[in-house]
Amino acid sequence: MTTTERIAREQDTGPDTGRSPVAVPAARAAGCPFDPAPEIARAHREEPITRATLWDGSSCWLVTRHQDVREVLGDPRFSADATRPGFPFLTAGGRQFATGNPSFIRQDDPEHARLRRMLTADFMVKKMAAMRPEVQRIADGLLDRMTEGRQAADLVAEFALPLPSLVICLLLGVPYDDHEFFQKCSSVLLSLRSSVEQVRVAQEELQDFLSRLAESKRRAPDDGIVSRLVARGELDNAAIASMGRLLLVAGHETTANMTALSTLTLLRNPDQLARLRAEPSLITGAVEELLRYLTIVHNGLPRIADEDVTIGGRTIRAGEGVLCVLNTANRDEEIFPGGAALDVGRDARRHVAFGFGVHQCLGQPLARVELQIALETLLRRLPGLRLDIPFEDIPFRHDMGIYGVHALPVAW
Amino acid sequence: MRVTIDQDKCCGAGSCVLSAPEVFDQREEDGIVLLLDAEPPAALHDAVHEAAAICPAAAITVEQTEQAERV
Repeated sequence: MTTTERIAREQDTGPDTGRSPVAVPAARAAGCPFDPAPEIARAHREEPITRATLWDGSSCWLVTRHQDVREVLGDPRFSADATRPGFPFLTAGGRQFATGNPSFIRQDDPEHARLRRMLTADFMVKKMAAMRPEVQRIADGLLDRMTEGRQAADLVAEFALPLPSLVICLLLGVPYDDHEFFQKCSSVLLSLRSSVEQVRVAQEELQDFLSRLAESKRRAPDDGIVSRLVARGELDNAAIASMGRLLLVAGHETTANMTALSTLTLLRNPDQLARLRAEPSLITGAVEELLRYLTIVHNGLPRIADEDVTIGGRTIRAGEGVLCVLNTANRDEEIFPGGAALDVGRDARRHVAFGFGVHQCLGQPLARVELQIALETLLRRLPGLRLDIPFEDIPFRHDMGIYGVHALPVAW
Repeated sequence: MRVTIDQDKCCGAGSCVLSAPEVFDQREEDGIVLLLDAEPPAALHDAVHEAAAICPAAAITVEQTEQAERV
């Protein structure tokens, strides 16, 4: 780099601090599977807005503080449109996922708002509260089957994954009989190891499946979301399929991993588990605390600056990519003192585990109902719940965009 | 305290309803925020401040009125 280039770069990116850019996704430390990657935690402490290098050698900004993350995600000058040159992706497969037939999560207002508002009524707080008896029935049915004549099982396969899967299928009007097919697609789409080709195929298969489903609802409507989108008459089958795909994928691995990882976290924090068992009314706040502490969308939310914007004293130039790191934001000592520890009695409502800004998770009222019921039911019905393999042998999802465990063998 | 909402900004995430259900609700047809009480009693002020702070779309504005300050 010549001096002129270096000066130009410094004017673009701020003074060179001598720090090498953080490579993302960064690995978590062995033995600390619940904590943010050490390099990112260090950046959060020492240089909260820093440069990062991505898999293809491109670079972007890493924004790690609670206030700065909220500012970026809340500012319409940062675009979520993944087709813009310079948009930061974590993998080549991730780029394919975000750009091949994108849903409104990768669009900006006003188009994003137009599409999102077609769904906001379906996930409102009151509607989700009315789902409680149904969710409870599903949770109890799964635990009945899991425990019948047995003393051990994989909690992911038998409880944590089927619960949100059954619920989102019910809401969408998707036949649960096809669950192995769309769970496999969902897993390919969210894996950091998937190739471009694998992502393209999974995306197309899921798109075809949902397009055919939309067509079938034109002939035989029910009261699910897909039928209601068909009945609005504003979207064709392909557009409904894109929206359905977003809801189906988002409804699967997020709550499933929060349920399994929360259970594991409570087993590893017996004092917190005892407190929650003694005071079941803490469950609502405990779920917020677990969302904060675990932050399973752990690699950061991507945005790209539309114009020059100053955040936390740094100027981010038009065309530069940003990753908003939610797990360091949710451990920010200024907002959550002692945030490195789990405290089920904490008021954690200001967490950004669901993101922030107009793209904040649409399904959060559903996620909360599912998590509250899943954890309350599990702890109440299985007082002897314990790990069935050594903690060191648990397969953590270091390879996935949504963090968690691939399996959680438990006994009771 | 005087509360105002901007329905055009609202993205229907519903966090305000969870914080202060006496003050905020969601419109049946599209889940957009509804204001139930523009001047909530002092007992709800903390919950309303929390709702404004966690609103992802900055759709809630809270003004401190003189009367509230005297209380």
